[in-house]
Amino acid sequence: MRRIRAVVLTLTGLWLTPALPGGAEPAEVVVYSARHYGQETAFAAFTKKTGVQVKIFNGNTGELFERLKAEGDRTPADVLLTVDAGNLWNAARAGLLSRVDSPELQANVPAHLRDPEGRWFGLTVRARSIVYNTRKVRPAELSTYEALGDPRWKGRLCLRTSSYIYNQSLLATMIKRHGEAKTEETVRGWVANQPALINGDTQILESIAAGQCDVGLVNHYYLARLLAKDPAFPVAIFWANQQTTGTHVNVSGAGVTAHARHRAPAIKFLEFLSSAEAQQMFADLAYEYPANPQAAVSPLVARWGRFKQDDVNVASAGEFQAAAIKLADRAGYR
Amino acid sequence: MPAPDAAVGRVPAARLTTAGRGRPWLWTLLAAGIAAILAVPIVAVLSSLADPRLEVWAHLWRTQLGELIGNTLLLLVGVGAGTMIVGTVLAWLVVGFRFPGRAVFEWALMLPLAVPAYVIGFAFLGLFDYAGPVQTALRHWLGEDVRLPELRSYRGVVLMMTLVFYPYVYLLARAAFRDQGAATLETARSLGRTRLRAFLEVALPMARPSLVAGVSLAMMEALADFGTVATFGYRTLTEAIYRVWLGMFDRAAATQLASLLLLFAFLLLGLERALRGRARFVQSHRRGPGVAPVALHGWRALGATAACSVVLGLAFALPVGQLLVWARGALDTGRLGFLSLLANTLFLAGITAVTTCVLALALGYAARLHPSPGVRVATQFASMGYALPGSVIAVGVLSPVAVVDHALVRGLEWALGGTIGLMLTGSAAALLFAYVVRFLAVSFQTLDASLGKIPPSLDDAARSLGAGVGGTLRRIHLPLMRGGLLTALILVFVETMKEMPATLLLRPFGLNTLAVGVWERTSESLWAEAAVPALAIVAAGLLPVFLAIRFSATPRA
Repeated sequence: MRRIRAVVLTLTGLWLTPALPGGAEPAEVVVYSARHYGQETAFAAFTKKTGVQVKIFNGNTGELFERLKAEGDRTPADVLLTVDAGNLWNAARAGLLSRVDSPELQANVPAHLRDPEGRWFGLTVRARSIVYNTRKVRPAELSTYEALGDPRWKGRLCLRTSSYIYNQSLLATMIKRHGEAKTEETVRGWVANQPALINGDTQILESIAAGQCDVGLVNHYYLARLLAKDPAFPVAIFWANQQTTGTHVNVSGAGVTAHARHRAPAIKFLEFLSSAEAQQMFADLAYEYPANPQAAVSPLVARWGRFKQDDVNVASAGEFQAAAIKLADRAGYR
Repeated sequence: MPAPDAAVGRVPAARLTTAGRGRPWLWTLLAAGIAAILAVPIVAVLSSLADPRLEVWAHLWRTQLGELIGNTLLLLVGVGAGTMIVGTVLAWLVVGFRFPGRAVFEWALMLPLAVPAYVIGFAFLGLFDYAGPVQTALRHWLGEDVRLPELRSYRGVVLMMTLVFYPYVYLLARAAFRDQGAATLETARSLGRTRLRAFLEVALPMARPSLVAGVSLAMMEALADFGTVATFGYRTLTEAIYRVWLGMFDRAAATQLASLLLLFAFLLLGLERALRGRARFVQSHRRGPGVAPVALHGWRALGATAACSVVLGLAFALPVGQLLVWARGALDTGRLGFLSLLANTLFLAGITAVTTCVLALALGYAARLHPSPGVRVATQFASMGYALPGSVIAVGVLSPVAVVDHALVRGLEWALGGTIGLMLTGSAAALLFAYVVRFLAVSFQTLDASLGKIPPSLDDAARSLGAGVGGTLRRIHLPLMRGGLLTALILVFVETMKEMPATLLLRPFGLNTLAVGVWERTSESLWAEAAVPALAIVAAGLLPVFLAIRFSATPRA
């Protein structure tokens, strides 16, 4: 009995000491990641190419921020990889990221997809656009995000709530483009159409296919995933605002942390992720658009043709995020 | 009180000296110490009020604060009433009657406890949403305009939470009804009461402390829930906390909103104290022969079986069935590193259950031996963590731990030279701390309810026979509280397995659990892929339930 107790205590003691990634050997990069889908191949390719190990710690964006803040100058994290430009902007504002001067990154990532001050870089592009039921809606009936407030869509619209970060970023860039008054008018138009609020892009697409509503707003890759499973899925994408400001895009991206211990390999890692080779892997695995124009998109997405991106810097998603939330509250967009 | 030397009996001499440990002030100190440590995150939350974010508050006040508070209150009332009715009725059925399937229902009705609230929501939406199989079939057979009532509504949220939280009430109520000796009910019956009236006038009031404890746990759980309300688009204070925190990146304002939740929790606990009343019912003897169950026949038997089946079907069979269907199409267990996830989950849950129950027992004991108002308040304060969302607790743990950690490491570096990594932040110890803070209420409520039923005269008798505090605990209280202790251990074990936000934030590097596996998938809208780890949580949750059945079936030692 006493011996068992001793063993248990020892084991517990061992287990209670944190498994920190070692700080001594330089051949590793520690990544705090809020992205956890379709990147394993690119990480493995980096290790194969350079011999540098990649250690990943997955978490929610907000929680990773809190952890980085708490760990301060002793953080084990070298790279913060997260989704949504608003999150990246906020991480930079909170002083969690450091400036990286890399001609290679600047060449690979278009200017509107990265921080003007070089603290973060977009790696993959996700377009949030209009989707419609191909049996019930003719593309000619669709035009812009704003036009979804038209009474013709009353009771035919599916949206996610305004708590959803990609909707917040969409509204934030609208505020940047058109100002608060006009954006609020747009959102009030949506609300007047009594949209069904469904939490999940995949679930919105399924609801449109089933006929609960006819149009919705989703990130493009959710549709690509469903079409990959079922080519006959009766929902198609419509590139919004092609005649005006262009379709709203967002990014997943990364930056080097302010207190990175392995700064040089971390920069190498980001440079590799922005290269055409790695970008191709992102595009093929997750159906996202590569940030690097040199890389090709996956065949399934390529069928949707080229579209005009809204070229306002995605940082505005962060800049106007709080304003967007307050605007949604005022407009009664739950 | 030193023990009188005369009463040696079969008490070993060494035992006599332990009586010295029963100094009341020592207990008070112990309780205050434990409570103080556990209250750290709560104090961290309250300290945010020092810098009021007036601008955010003004905005909320103008737009939705009324709605948020109203919704939160409505949710509490709905879930409180729902769990109270379902839990109490089912417990009375399986304790007081014999009907087909009772032997199975008695333990099976605990099973929904193992279904995380965030999972049952997904499963129900998958089944009953407009695009789901049920409504699709209905439209096919009955015409295009047929619609089921919208699940994403107040009623839907209350239904979900009632289904997953009623086991708290059921478990505690069942234990209470069982422990009531048959004598009490027989007396009532001999005085000419019908069975129903005997139940309403005798059994129910006597079980009140346990019922109230169970319902208040369910309500605190509802208060802290984020997963379900977010999935169903029902706006509560907790949902707003996340909106402000992760949308406006205003942690101070979010924490201040969390203080409102604390206020709610405080009121809940006050309400509970009031409802428990001044009445104290103690067991008149170890355990009576128990209530003699009455056989039901015909329609009544059928009704009882049907009631149990419906609840079990909705709360367990349906969601698990849906998960199984999803899992069949998405078996990527190989990528999960499944066994290590399972091992981590069970290990964390086990350690948490034991630690939490030991601390709860210490607090409960202090309150029993030395029920000063100070100790009472301390214990209440220490068990408020359950009403806070996991993330808020997690941040409330993380910040103070990090401060201590940085100081510690600086000191060590100064003493030893070199650079040392952080030791506490991101260690399993910090995670354990958060778990204990979050779940202390669960074990404390359960143990306190069962400790309260032991007559103080037994303590006096034991002490006069020379048993010390430890001896009394080991030889008198623990055997009497076995049911309550087991219930507390199971509840905390299963709760820990399901816990998601604190686990995500505080877990050590590379330590993943099943809940983390579920989250990684649901956060990408991959509900079907999340089914595999979710099923594993449910399956692992069966483990302690089966252990409990084994233990409660064995004859008492």
